[in-house]
Amino acid sequence: MKNDFRARNHPAYWAFVVHRVSGLLLTLFLPLHFWALGQALHGEARFDGFLRWTEQPLVKFAETALVLLLAAHMAGGVRLLMLEFLAWRDWQRSLLAIASGASIAVGLAFLLNVV
Amino acid sequence: MNTRSQVLLWGAQRVSAMVLALCVVIHLVTIIYAVRNGLSAAEILGRTRGNAGWLAFYTVFVAAVAIHAPIGLRGILAESIGWRGRSADIFVLAIAMSLATWGWRAVYAVFV
Repeated sequence: MKNDFRARNHPAYWAFVVHRVSGLLLTLFLPLHFWALGQALHGEARFDGFLRWTEQPLVKFAETALVLLLAAHMAGGVRLLMLEFLAWRDWQRSLLAIASGASIAVGLAFLLNVV
Repeated sequence: MNTRSQVLLWGAQRVSAMVLALCVVIHLVTIIYAVRNGLSAAEILGRTRGNAGWLAFYTVFVAAVAIHAPIGLRGILAESIGWRGRSADIFVLAIAMSLATWGWRAVYAVFV
């Protein structure tokens, strides 16, 4: 098969894409996250001011996406560790589905809490 | 980079991933618990200020992230834009040190 879209359109490839993209986006988010927490050094009021800013719907949407990315990256990572360190059997392929399901569940739990 | 260093990076990536898997589960549970009534500085700092347990947890969490993310980024840079070699290694080392510095600063900020 040619190395084109058809060769890549399978669950394991999409798991790879999700893991890579989520990892990259989470890394880009970290400096902002650390900066935000660092606001506490300037006093509780300053930190509260930042937290009030995060109450905007668009920020909450972005936060939900980040929680989903974190859950997806962790679930995909655990899948990879199991692939590399445990004997891989057919039934374990269902881990891919479990990883996806668990990520979505975590994202929804966060969304239900913030909205 | 020689084979020994490559293997060392591979191992560091996996060991940090195992630590992070545990840290992220705790982090996600804490996030979902913390946002249920909205976030406030008083609530967050009330949990973390002077708490040695959270200090230890977040210190380890930041260390694992500062190891894990730059190694992952190194792979992406090599495979996606073909940036390899000494300059790429120095770049990701700088990222690792920045993440550790800023991360531990954040941990300190919510502890004191």
